[in-house]
This record gives sequence, C-alpha cells and structure tokens, in this order.
Amino acid sequence: MQHQDLPSDYFPMVIQFIVAVGFIATTMVATHLLGPKRKSKIKLESFECGIESQGNARIPFSIKYFLVAILFVLFDVEVIFMYPWAVNFKELGTTGIAEMFVFMVLLLTGFYYIIKKGALKWE
Amino acid sequence: MLSIAGIANSIHQWLNETFSSGWATLLEFVLVGILVISFFAFLGLVLVFMERKVSAYMQLRVGPNRVGYKGLAQTLADTIKLVVKEGLTPDGADKFLFNFAPFLVLIASMLLMAPIAFAKDFQIWDINIGVLYITAISSISVIGVLMAGWSSNNKYSLLGAMRSGAQIVSYELSAGLAIMTIVILAGSIRLSDIIASQENGWWIFKGHIPAIIAFVIYIIAVTAETNRAPFDLAEAESELTAGFHTEYSGMKFALFFLSEYVNIFIVCAIGATLFLGGWMPLHIGHWEGFNHIMDFIPSSLWFMGKTFFLIFLIMWFRWTFPRLRIDQLLNLEWKYLLPISLFNLLLVTFIALMGWYF
Repeated sequence: MQHQDLPSDYFPMVIQFIVAVGFIATTMVATHLLGPKRKSKIKLESFECGIESQGNARIPFSIKYFLVAILFVLFDVEVIFMYPWAVNFKELGTTGIAEMFVFMVLLLTGFYYIIKKGALKWE
Repeated sequence: MLSIAGIANSIHQWLNETFSSGWATLLEFVLVGILVISFFAFLGLVLVFMERKVSAYMQLRVGPNRVGYKGLAQTLADTIKLVVKEGLTPDGADKFLFNFAPFLVLIASMLLMAPIAFAKDFQIWDINIGVLYITAISSISVIGVLMAGWSSNNKYSLLGAMRSGAQIVSYELSAGLAIMTIVILAGSIRLSDIIASQENGWWIFKGHIPAIIAFVIYIIAVTAETNRAPFDLAEAESELTAGFHTEYSGMKFALFFLSEYVNIFIVCAIGATLFLGGWMPLHIGHWEGFNHIMDFIPSSLWFMGKTFFLIFLIMWFRWTFPRLRIDQLLNLEWKYLLPISLFNLLLVTFIALMGWYF
C-alpha cells in the first residue's frame, strides 16, 4: 500500500511553475530593454505578404473546427474514464472487462453516428 | 560508480550537513530551478542545431558550419540575435493576450519536464499520477496556440491557430489511448513503477503485437501534436507564412520556437520511458553475460540515447512524407487511428488478462 497522498506532494509543481514564470518574464523583460524601439504605422500593421491588409481578421469561421473541438471534449472525457479502470482492471476481472466492453460499444455507436452524419466531412 | 543519482545524493548530503534542513531544501529548489532552466536552454540550442544538420545531410547539404567549431555555435549566435531584436506588438492585436500566449505555451512544456526520469533514481518529481499529469498538462499548450493566433488579428495566424487547435486536440485522443495500453500492461500510472516493470525487457518487446501497434500510433500522434511535418499544417510555410506565430518577432517568437523543440524532446522522452524502458539497459532474458555488459553503460546514456533516437526518427519523417491536407489529417485520426487504438486497447486487455505477455 502506498502512503497517503498529501497536497504537499504537489509542491514541486508549484516550484516548477514559479521557475517557469520567472524564466519567461525575465527573457521578455530583457528583450524589451535590449531591443530597439522604432515604431511606425506601416510597421505595426498586420502582415499580409506585403499587400495592404484588408479588413479585420476576426471574421466568422468554418464551423467544422468547432465540431472537432466538441467531439474531442466528448471523447477525451471517455478516455479519462478509462484510466482508473486501466490501473485496476486485474482486480475488477471479467465483470470489469464486460462493463468496459459495453461502455466502448456505446461509445463506438455514437462514433458511427457521427461519421454517418457527416460531421467529419469536408467539402 | 559515478552516477547522476550519486552526485545528487552527495550534494543533498553536503547541503544538509552545512546548512539547517530548511535552508538546505530551499537551496535545493534553487539548484533544481537553475538546472531545469539551463537544461531547457541547452535542449533548445542542441535540438535546433541537430534539426538543421539532419535536414542538411538528408538534402546532401552541409548545413551550418562557420560559427564556432563545425558550426556548433550557430544556434547560440541566433539566440543572441533574437534577444536584441525588437519585439513588435501589432496595432490590431489584443495586447494582453498577445503577450500572455508565449507564457502559457512555455509553462506547459516546462511543467512537463518535472515527472521525467532522466537516469536511475534521478527524477525531479515522482508523482503517483505521472501519466495522467502528462496527458493533462500537455493539453494546456493548445490554449496558448489558439490565444496567439486569435490575438494577432492576422488572417494567417487565425487559420494556423484553428488548424493547429483541431489537430492537437484530435491527436491527443490516440496518444492517450496508446499510453493507456502501457498503463494496462504495467498496472500503474506512476512513471517510476512503469520503468521498474521493464527491468527484464522493454514493453515494446514484452507486449509484442499490441505494444508495437500502440508505439506506432503514439509516434504518429505525437508528431501531429508537436506540429511537426508531415502534419505541420499549422505553420505550413508555403501557404500561411508562419501560422499562429506570424506576428511574433524577437524573443517572443524564440519562446514559441523553444517550446516547440522542448515539446519534441518531452514527447520522445515519454515515448522512450513507456515503450523503450526509460533508463533501463537492454536486457535479454537470463543471458547474464550480455546483461552485465549492458549494465556498464550509464543509465543516463541509455535514456538520452533512446530519446534522441526517437527525435531523429521524427526529424526523419519531415523529409520523407509530404504534407497532408486538413481534411485528410482529421480523417486519418478520426476514421483510422481512433478506432484502431480503441480495438488495440481491448486486445491488450485480453492479452493482459490471459497473461500472454512476457
């Protein structure tokens, strides 16, 4: 049996986080101080291969990307569900396997529906 | 024998003898912080140089060979150049998000460095949820990428960020499922337990068919997750100039670049840990003589050798396969890799229950 997990076990992560933030902040400030600052209106325009930029970039966008993101959320949650089972599946035995099999069949049914519905079809 | 763990232990002892335990712990944290940052910078320099040399030799060129001995100082010179360049923030950009995005991307890759075991008994943070921690933290970087693309107010950046977001989240599923096959075989998600379970053979050999399928899927998925060719749609130079970091310049660009290369190292290190035994030397069954010879090679060399072999493999892909289109890319993941990895998971469960692995 492993020892009880304490919140203090996660302390190294906090340290690592502080180190990371410190490192990035230092480089950002350093480059701000070291670099030249010569700004002009044309220089600050957004880059469009040398042609004058046309309008705003924040325009309506293909819904397909959003669909993929939603599908990811669905499937990723399923994958997270499987982790506890994957660690303990030997103790759970055949019942666990059967339950996981049912779970996967349900998942794949939904997956089949998505494919047939054409959610991943790009023209 | 001189080993990294031995050096770390003697430093720990010396600090505890010289200072009180509180100060010693604090000093250790400072030391580890400095080590991580220098390792980070060193990795960036080495990997960029390696990428340029590998690319050059694959195209029958010589690559950088002027600065320093055989061009070794080339990337260092490039870094110095990038530091003293002007970091522009374009007029139309969302200033806060624009400057916040590099933080997020780099913090994600720095946090991922913590649970990796670099050598025998040498690990910054041996957490009991190691694998879960890695999958969780690695998904943060996509937020940074989307943030960078959207805040730039540039059409190329937005397109690149959207593509990269869709791609990273899709391929994360297969990578997670491939990792899970090893979790099933090893029966633990603590990284040191997974390495210890490979003492008499690496999982790619012991787990035979399902482990090899999982390994192939893992390599494909991480190539896509790190936005490497042939899946480099996010920054396809010929169509989107530089994708989500088109508007970044100077050190801000360098931070994205650095995190990209460090991410390659990290995914390869995790692949080496899960499938190729981490720092475990190559052992063949009960062949004592051979195993003893292999034990003489330091564990850190084993780990680095395996990791850099995988990195070389990923660099090799870049010059072998043509770039995919976004619909082909998503089809590959959702219609092929995801079902295959789900079935592979069932297969590995079956094999593990029957005990049909070594």
